[in-house]
Amino acid sequence: MTATATVAAPAPGATRRRPARPRLLFLLSAVVAVVLALPLAFLIIEAVQYANQSHGLETLRGLVLRNLTAELLWNTLVLTVAVTLGCAVIGTLAAWVVERTDLPARRVWAVLFVLPVAVPDFAVAFGWHSVFPAIGGFSGSVLIMTLAVYPLVYLPVAASLRNADPAQEEVARSLGTGPVATFWRVTVGEARLAILGGCLLVALVLLAEYGAFEILGYRTFTTEIFTEFNVGYNTPATCALSLVLVSLALVVVVGERFAQGRGRVSRVGPMAARPATRHRLGPATAPVLAGCALLVGLALGVPAAAVVHWLVLGGAAVWSWAVASAAFHTAAYSAGAGLLATAMALPVALLSVRHPGRAQMVLERSTYLVLATPGVVIALALTYFSERDLASFGYLTAWMLIFAYAVMFFPLALVAVRTSLAQAPVALEEVGRSLGRSRLEVLGRVTLPLVGPGLAAAFSLVFLEAVTELTATLVLVPNGSQTLTTGFWMAQTNAQYPEAAPYVAVMVAIAAVPSYVLGRWFDRLPQREPVAA
Amino acid sequence: MSRTKGLVVAALAVLVAGPLAGCGAGGSADSLTLYNGQHPQTTAALVAAFERDTGISVVVRNNDEETLANQLVAEGSRSPADVIYTENSPPLEALVDEGLLAKVDPKTLARVPARYSSPVGRWVGVSGRISVVVYNTSLVHPSEVPTSVLDLARPRWRGRLALAPGETDFQPIVTSVEHADGKQATLRWLDGLKANAGGHIVPNNETVTSMVDSGQAAIGIIDQYYWYRARADQASSTSHSAIATLAPGDPGYVLDVSGAGVVRSSRHQAAAQSFLAFLTSPTAQHIIGSTASFEYPLATGAPPARGQPPIDRLHPDPISVAELGDGSGAVALLQEAQLL
Repeated sequence: MTATATVAAPAPGATRRRPARPRLLFLLSAVVAVVLALPLAFLIIEAVQYANQSHGLETLRGLVLRNLTAELLWNTLVLTVAVTLGCAVIGTLAAWVVERTDLPARRVWAVLFVLPVAVPDFAVAFGWHSVFPAIGGFSGSVLIMTLAVYPLVYLPVAASLRNADPAQEEVARSLGTGPVATFWRVTVGEARLAILGGCLLVALVLLAEYGAFEILGYRTFTTEIFTEFNVGYNTPATCALSLVLVSLALVVVVGERFAQGRGRVSRVGPMAARPATRHRLGPATAPVLAGCALLVGLALGVPAAAVVHWLVLGGAAVWSWAVASAAFHTAAYSAGAGLLATAMALPVALLSVRHPGRAQMVLERSTYLVLATPGVVIALALTYFSERDLASFGYLTAWMLIFAYAVMFFPLALVAVRTSLAQAPVALEEVGRSLGRSRLEVLGRVTLPLVGPGLAAAFSLVFLEAVTELTATLVLVPNGSQTLTTGFWMAQTNAQYPEAAPYVAVMVAIAAVPSYVLGRWFDRLPQREPVAA
Repeated sequence: MSRTKGLVVAALAVLVAGPLAGCGAGGSADSLTLYNGQHPQTTAALVAAFERDTGISVVVRNNDEETLANQLVAEGSRSPADVIYTENSPPLEALVDEGLLAKVDPKTLARVPARYSSPVGRWVGVSGRISVVVYNTSLVHPSEVPTSVLDLARPRWRGRLALAPGETDFQPIVTSVEHADGKQATLRWLDGLKANAGGHIVPNNETVTSMVDSGQAAIGIIDQYYWYRARADQASSTSHSAIATLAPGDPGYVLDVSGAGVVRSSRHQAAAQSFLAFLTSPTAQHIIGSTASFEYPLATGAPPARGQPPIDRLHPDPISVAELGDGSGAVALLQEAQLL
């Protein structure tokens, strides 16, 4: 990091001047953390109960400590590393090209680059698998998962580049730093939190992915957990393996924390937002366009072609009333989840960015573990607590499914909100406070408008992921209701591909709406027109 | 910002309205909740006919049979389910062990040969399938096809076998082999299968069928209906696979029973019993035998399944549903062999 890009951590003396940690914020965050700890608590309760049975501990030890575990661990690790690296490179480059160059039709690309997040990973996998049946195993899984999840890096990095202070690149260039060095040291440096946050999401999503690997025939910890759950009639074994998976996620989360380093990225110089100067691509325009087209073609074109192929085969008969009903339910549940998760993320992000401390950090980081917890475990955990402690209150209602989604995808909302907050100048809030405004007023009139794009990104990320969630939905969907993913999965597992196609098509259409609205909304922010170089 | 506010308000409206719209389903006196682990299209046809006949509406929850059984156990006496309908007997047997199923109306049980239903009368057999060998006709000559499931563990099939150890249909075969040859022999056999399958360990029988048909694998063991369904979905000219039954009485030659039971805590016992009676009626048995389910109707006197030999000409291993049990022994063996 160059000195220009970093505002040093507050001097020791500053700590004393800061008001005591806000109790309400801490309380809200603690409630969120407790809620997010429910799945983990369930896993531990189940495993301990099983271990206390006669021979339970030996059975558990036998299940966890065996060659198959090592094999699955290896499969999972190499895949996670390869895909995460691929997503970091592709997501960052795509975001830079859209936000910082004079790429033609960049608004269109901005939407196209986000769209793969709306196509469920298992649908991408199936699209490819049906066109190229030989695709599968390790290399196939790396290719397809990279194409399916790189938007998780793209979205936060694009938001970060959009809001970053252009002065820093200009300063670097004026000091004689070359364009490549500037890109690496300043642009990537500024976006570092966003890139790492995105990579963290990618790694955790991979750890918990099920459908795609099931189709591609690649065995990971999560596919095995599902198999054990499905055939074993054996929740404790599922829980024991899930605990290993969560430990793996813990390693990832702690690792990302170490990679983050210290320091806060913020603006220097003028406080008003100023758009960055766009780099002229010049003769590089054609190859960059070709690269963008290739990415979109591989990530969207192939699955889209497969879906169109099935739709043509299926004709009008496959567009049943069931598809419309599923679309309505999916949209309602996902919107609810987006709102709830964003509301839950705000206090935790405020606490961790504005009032950093060890307890706050642990509290915030612990919430990431939920992302690597398989959906079925989360569904089982909510079922368990609802049955045991609440006389099945809420069980199999829409509310519980919305709640499950919000819990599952909370870390996505948190990353988006936190990235925005970390970049919003704290000085503006301090000015607000010094003018006698209450903390809540400052939150409403200064902070929220500043992190608006982050909140919108949080809502849309959670919405998009919820639209494509499968495994928790299968367990928690209200009786008699169908969502787009469950409708798709029922048809797909029965090899009824033409019947499956409309569900995917509608899924993408629904998810495209927030992507498009978001893209437009970002574009309408003031002073967004590019300045000539 | 007004645009965003509008969006938020719209989303809120959807949030409030959406779940309320779903509240109408379930709970009323003339409606049943069915936990369905059978193939959804078969069940959909049966449910439609039942609703037409009786005027009782059915709310269907579709999922994997073991997941639904797990869910019933977790829900206990507060379960919203009235009837559970599964692809295989082990989940039903597990629910009997948990004390979650009610006694089935004797008149319903009497329609199906006793060996296909719960030995204690707590679920009724509805349809059946048999396990067969599926092989690629370009890669395997019919004379090479093994007549015993034990032969699939021989070294000659190394790298040529596709296997779905996680399929619920595979557990009865493992139970049957253990019943015939004992634990140690079964483990050696499973080790051989694992070595032969190598990278072809796949999630389900649909995948085994398509891999064998496409030539990615040469041979596999599946329930017969997967092959018939796949063939019905594709033009027969593009099929490169065939199925063969094992030798009569071979432990790999198992008849899997799909059945249904009434949930003991159901508040709609009479309607639930009438659904079971319907499943074993000539109307329903005809639907099963004549649609794309490709299962054998089990009721006495039911017509044979479309395009398949009649059930009395089959010679499966005589292992009983009680001996097939809840499948936990098979799962323990599969885990010990590191196939699960």
